[in-house]
Amino acid sequence: MKEYRKALLDPIFNQNPIALQILGICSALAVTTKLETAVVMSMAVIFVAAFANLSVSFIRNQVPGSIRILAEMAIIASLVIIADQFIRAFAYDVSKQLSIFVGLIITNCIILGRTEAFALKNPPSISFVDGIGNGLGYSAVLLVVAACRELLGSGELYGFTVLPLNTEGGWYSPNGLFLLAPSAFILIGLFIWILRTWKPEQVEQE
Amino acid sequence: MPDDSVKKTVQVALGICIVCSLLVSTAAVTLSARQQQNKRLDQIRNILIAGGLYTEGIDIESAYNERIVPIMIDMETGERVSEDKFDDVLNPKDFDIKAVAAHPMYGKHIARDADLAQIQRRPRYMLVYLVQDEGKTTKLILPVYGKGLWSTLYGFLALEKDLSTVSGITFYEHGETPGLGGEVDNPAWKASWKGKQVFDKEGNVRLSVIKGRVDTSRAEAIHQVDGLSGATITARGVDRLVKYWLGENGYGALLSILQETR
Repeated sequence: MKEYRKALLDPIFNQNPIALQILGICSALAVTTKLETAVVMSMAVIFVAAFANLSVSFIRNQVPGSIRILAEMAIIASLVIIADQFIRAFAYDVSKQLSIFVGLIITNCIILGRTEAFALKNPPSISFVDGIGNGLGYSAVLLVVAACRELLGSGELYGFTVLPLNTEGGWYSPNGLFLLAPSAFILIGLFIWILRTWKPEQVEQE
Repeated sequence: MPDDSVKKTVQVALGICIVCSLLVSTAAVTLSARQQQNKRLDQIRNILIAGGLYTEGIDIESAYNERIVPIMIDMETGERVSEDKFDDVLNPKDFDIKAVAAHPMYGKHIARDADLAQIQRRPRYMLVYLVQDEGKTTKLILPVYGKGLWSTLYGFLALEKDLSTVSGITFYEHGETPGLGGEVDNPAWKASWKGKQVFDKEGNVRLSVIKGRVDTSRAEAIHQVDGLSGATITARGVDRLVKYWLGENGYGALLSILQETR
């Protein structure tokens, strides 16, 4: 049981794929202007990471080394298309905003990285949990960044007005920088800084 | 250790491909009806928004059927297209502006110097919408599109009965930066278009999105809309697409015919 807990919870703070391994930050910049898009994107990544790990782990003793990566990519790509189709059918407004970024989960290094590093060497059940864990680690950063950006950039959280904007009769003058991609770099940097101050063992040796 | 022979490799590869393609096609086929429906409802909702008929929570479908009459027009002459010319691509039910513009017969290449909206192609035939109020036409809703900063903006522009006063504008598809160019969706900004005059006395298209705020004390203010701060290029794109579609290369023919019969 203990190793399952470790596989699930470690990637959130101790082995965070974005903060420690600096993987998958490209999409973290693009979909974090609002919480709503970040939540849907997070769910899509958790789904893909979990089921990609599960399926790769099932066939790990069958698939020949020469086509290993191809097989993994085929599985990941199929799962991403399925996730994309579901978002288009059930969350149309969000899918319009996410546009190509759901499709780009295919190229998210976290997913291929986990299937290669974990699912190929471990049994299905723990691989599945590891996928969920890494998806959650990605989501944690995404949600923190999106909450900061939406609050400071447009005065809202999940579409509800928190800081009334001066353009609509309130007092808050929104900071446009937070709606642009560079702000996500700054916020991810701050996140990593805080995390490594809290857990100094994550700091790389010089 | 997995067996690395050619036979095994081909078997595994085939197996994976078949299973994956089955899953993907099942998802795509079972969900496609719902996706099409979403797309259609979103379009209709935006037509209602442009026509000022939309309030949160109304039944979109029945409001559309009651109040909106779509008509197909020939962009060249402004005349109505008769129903016997309709086929798979050209019909009011599944009119898809992108498909029609790209169609070799129904689409038209726009000469570079006339291409104010930077769209390269436009349909030869367009589906425009009339808003009906107790049997009388009160507004005209025109589909418009043009390039912004990152993407092509697709939307609707509604004109009042005088064919010069703007009644509303809305964009249903674009990929502009949220919070900057994406402010084309801001209800306050969209509302500021209402009541603006498209044409001056000589009949030239004067409606424009300017840089900065409109100085209401000046006479031109009636033709001007505030720019979007931080979104100069998107705002310029909107300015140009409005000028293109309302000008002689756009709905000019239709507007002059309607003007005569009015």
